[in-house]
Amino acid sequence: MTDPARLWVFLAASPLFWLTATLAAYAVADWLSQRADRNPLVNPVLIAVLLLAALLTLTRTPYETYFEGAQFVHFLLGPATVALAVPLHRNWATVRKALAPIFAALLAGAATAVVSAVGIAWAFGAPFDVLASLAPKSVTAAIAMGISQEIGGNPALTATLVISTGVLGAIMVTPLMNAMGLTDYRARGFAVGVASHGIGTARAFQVDPVAGTFAGIALGLNGLLTALIAPVIIGWIR
Amino acid sequence: MLHAILILLGCQLLGEVLARGLGLPVPGPVIGMALLFAALQLRARLTPEAAEIGTLPLGAVAAFLLANLSLLFVPAGTGIIRQTAVLTAHGPGLVIALVGSTALTLIVTALVFVAVARRTDRKP
Repeated sequence: MTDPARLWVFLAASPLFWLTATLAAYAVADWLSQRADRNPLVNPVLIAVLLLAALLTLTRTPYETYFEGAQFVHFLLGPATVALAVPLHRNWATVRKALAPIFAALLAGAATAVVSAVGIAWAFGAPFDVLASLAPKSVTAAIAMGISQEIGGNPALTATLVISTGVLGAIMVTPLMNAMGLTDYRARGFAVGVASHGIGTARAFQVDPVAGTFAGIALGLNGLLTALIAPVIIGWIR
Repeated sequence: MLHAILILLGCQLLGEVLARGLGLPVPGPVIGMALLFAALQLRARLTPEAAEIGTLPLGAVAAFLLANLSLLFVPAGTGIIRQTAVLTAHGPGLVIALVGSTALTLIVTALVFVAVARRTDRKP
């Protein structure tokens, strides 16, 4: 039999191990979320990330080694974004009737997301590179990292802020909208898509297919609009 | 199944080529989504008798990806372990900015949507 320490050295460096660990952590997290009746506080992304972060810290595994395995999951974000065309097509009759509210809410939401985040962090004295990393926090990771790079932020920090925003929005949306007495699933879905990109969209699909479709539209449109407005807004404080 | 995956990757690739080739500020996968949407709309117009997309392999693969969308953010999320220094230095400000801005964005977006929808939904 092989020495367990040497076996671990092999495993800890292998993409297979970290890919399996990613799926396992998510399976546990999703099981917990299901057990909790999809209570928004039991967010599967948050739980899976905490489990993996604990495992990486305990085993002193660098993130780069982890990502060599996890990249296969990360890669699927692209095809999944393309796949949003399918619910959009199937619900097009509903979407077409709502084009005016979609564009009005998009403009208001995208501007609010950038201005409020940068404004609050600025008031707390955050330096420019942190503000620039924060500006695109409501758009999906790949787009946000590109914007961050362009306006003088740190893309790796942006990725963390983006995921945190996604988890926060996914947790907040249901209680917040219920408290506001807002029952229009188009509006609820669209709001969480603008505020919290794909993680918000995942939450919206959990609740209602129409909400999910509107969240998917919001995610695509907000990625586009934020790429245009974030450089302008960050230019005001440079 | 094979064709469904090929369609998704093909749209993304075409989107990436268009985005980079034309220097568009839109990411490739979002253009890919628009291309696939246009193709699906065209197919429905040209062959109205064709099978509904939900019953085809493309519909099944898309449903599988979107049902597990949360999983796809886990690798990027785990990157938080590299950011402990910045998060410790600017922790309170960043947390308040994230929570406050996310709540505000949710509220403003939903309220504007409902306000405009109330005017436009009544029109025939």
